[in-house]
Amino acid sequence: MIGYYLALAGRSLRRNVVLTILMIVAIAFGVGASMTTLTVLHVLSADPIPQKSDRLYYVQLDPKKLRGVDESPEPNRQMTLLDAQNLLKAKKADRQALMTGGNAGIDAQRPDLPPFPLDDVRQTTADFFSMFDVPFIAGTGWTAADDDNAARVCVLGKALAEKVYGSTNVIGKTLRVEKDDLRVIGVIDDWRPVPHFYDLNTDTYGKGDQLFLPFSTSLQINVGHSGSTNCWDEHTDAFAVGAPCEWVQFWVELDSKDKAAAYKDYLIAYSQEQKRAGTYERDPNVRLPDVMQWLAYNEVVPDDARLQTWIALGFLLVCLVNTVGLLLTKFLRRSADIGVRRALGASKRAIFLQLLVEAGVVGLVGGVLGLGLAWLGLWAVRHQPATYADLAHLDMPMLLSTFALAILATVLAGLLPAWRGCQVAPAAQLRSH
Amino acid sequence: MHFVPILSTLRRHKTAALLVVLEIALTCAIVCNAVFLIRNRLQRMDKDTGVAETEVVDFRIAGIGVKQNEMAQTVQDMAALRAIPGVKFVASTNMIPLGGSTWNTGVSLNADQTGATNSAVYVGTEDLVETLGVRIIAGRDFTPDEYQDYDAVMKEKVHYGSVIVTKGLAERMYPGQHALGKPLYTWGKQPQTIVGIVERLARPNDDNGADITDCAFIAPVRPAYTVGAHYLMRVEPGRGHQILDQAETALMKLDPVRLVFGKKTFAEVRAEYFKEDRAMAFLLVGVSVALLVITGLGIVGLASFWVQQRTRQIGIRRALGATRSNILHYFQIENFILATIGIVLGMALAYAVNLWLMHKYQVPRLPGTFLPIGAALLWLLGQLAVLGPAMRASMIAPATATRSV
Repeated sequence: MIGYYLALAGRSLRRNVVLTILMIVAIAFGVGASMTTLTVLHVLSADPIPQKSDRLYYVQLDPKKLRGVDESPEPNRQMTLLDAQNLLKAKKADRQALMTGGNAGIDAQRPDLPPFPLDDVRQTTADFFSMFDVPFIAGTGWTAADDDNAARVCVLGKALAEKVYGSTNVIGKTLRVEKDDLRVIGVIDDWRPVPHFYDLNTDTYGKGDQLFLPFSTSLQINVGHSGSTNCWDEHTDAFAVGAPCEWVQFWVELDSKDKAAAYKDYLIAYSQEQKRAGTYERDPNVRLPDVMQWLAYNEVVPDDARLQTWIALGFLLVCLVNTVGLLLTKFLRRSADIGVRRALGASKRAIFLQLLVEAGVVGLVGGVLGLGLAWLGLWAVRHQPATYADLAHLDMPMLLSTFALAILATVLAGLLPAWRGCQVAPAAQLRSH
Repeated sequence: MHFVPILSTLRRHKTAALLVVLEIALTCAIVCNAVFLIRNRLQRMDKDTGVAETEVVDFRIAGIGVKQNEMAQTVQDMAALRAIPGVKFVASTNMIPLGGSTWNTGVSLNADQTGATNSAVYVGTEDLVETLGVRIIAGRDFTPDEYQDYDAVMKEKVHYGSVIVTKGLAERMYPGQHALGKPLYTWGKQPQTIVGIVERLARPNDDNGADITDCAFIAPVRPAYTVGAHYLMRVEPGRGHQILDQAETALMKLDPVRLVFGKKTFAEVRAEYFKEDRAMAFLLVGVSVALLVITGLGIVGLASFWVQQRTRQIGIRRALGATRSNILHYFQIENFILATIGIVLGMALAYAVNLWLMHKYQVPRLPGTFLPIGAALLWLLGQLAVLGPAMRASMIAPATATRSV
């Protein structure tokens, strides 16, 4: 039966090509625009580390003064170096890492490659690599002992290794950072968590860090700080231990909810201790969000991307109303046909189904075309100036949802016209012929 | 032409008529808001920075490794830049308007900084005011003896005694009063005196909802190029790129162990800062046009159907003496009625959408003036769309009445 309906639908759609094309194009544009923006939103709000995002926690403390420049009741978004070093030493979590973004001049010591600035530097501690499942292609990260000794070692990203040495087989080579030489002990594969969750103060949808070095080492060799520095009191050097300034991030890995609760208790006890010692003025004000909570708190998905999605969905709605109108026109125009079929014994149900199949065919063709348009749309997005532009790619779930959306939308749009169409009384239409 | 027969016909085609009304209403609501958003973006992109934009160029540079005598090198660099033909003024500064990254600080009327106002802080060498081309509307520029070196201020806590503030900051700190000569706490435990007020000096960014042209001040604190990283030059208009290239040659000759981060004319700085707004505005224009086209085609489709359906009735009316223009006007008025209902609904919907956008995305209130624009657009669109089918209807011969369809 469905086969026959499909044949009928094909014949009917061919009868008025302009109207059919109009419907298909409207659906295709609506679906294409919606899927383009939804795909972008889907990419931007993805879980950057799905296998363990519920076990990684960001630590927030509140060392601000009670009165002064910053009287916000929220705990800080970053940490002072002193607090971070205290928590690192305490080792109360399964794993912990102190970090911040940096920039440095890299001297490849090659006549054909002049010294160049590198913005994607990560100054961190040993656990970083195991906590965030960083994929190594050669060598390893450094040890806690290297952190303690400010060892002159580094880990390179694949892209940087290839840029400087033309190869990733570079373990044991030296890299000149600013004016100091670091020994390469590891090379990582392309690694670009989206969003750049572990430090939202640098480019949130950036290309990923390329040079990793021990935090203690970076303090000695004049690596610049990238990201945000926020101070709430007088100071001579914002980056000194004990300065009233927040500029580092501190992450912990905790393998169970119980451990997370215990760690939070520890942070409260730590804050109380700091208040007793006079370093904190405020009562304990701590937070321990996991990865997705931290991303939500920071509202990382740009407003423009959301706004664009709403605009596209509004556009799709107009396209659908348009399709409802055109389908209605089309079906009512065929009242005579339908009358004859009804008179020859077709039930209302059969007519309804037949008309819905016709609507579905429009949806299917519109969906295929819409997919093409979404692909084109994403291509256009990739050529936009937004920092996340190059991430806009269609993946399998979004591809399937495109079809589902197109067909569902058109069948929904077909319901009213099909219902009106099958109400045609057999006799009334036959009489005039 | 009477409205009554048209209305009674429409009552017999309720569903189709409703769909047209709904489509027009939705399109009207979306297009009104889209046009409004486009205007907001264009206004944002058009903000006056107070800078002599056609003449200012920015050269960004940094050292490699720890440098000695940075301030002396900076003085030497600036002398070399001044020697380039076409360069009028040179200054080393920490940041530039619309440059993106910013230094902010709290500004208050008391030493303990309670209730401080967030302000952007420009530090720069002599001539920064002249280099930027900002206009002093009260007071004066700094005198040479007011300047301190950045390192002395930061590390040795040397006090600087004066600031130049924007009109916006002056009005915020001393509302309704003359701010010139009054004290402000911008750094340290001692106040600075406001010695000058500039009409406008934009901030490097407007993150966190700050008004980009509102609060900023200039401190007479000289940053070495390793601190500031910006050499600003005011040059003869049209020679920006050429002078930037000459600047690179001159600076690298003085010390080649340095990194050039970028060289841009102010026009390029502005374009870079607003690139996402421009993209969004283009997208909104595209969506609006597509919506209007689709709605227009929808009206064409439905009107054609009605004309076809009523061929016999039209023939009868023609046979009974109706002129071609009577038939034409019939369809035009019918469309006008539908469009009007749609527009009225659409305006209510436009306001609702705007309220929601205000709540979710900090979009300002839709001014009433945008509604007539949307209305006129959709009336025009409706009339254009219906013209073809209506013309076809008016061509129907009276004899059609005698044939059966």
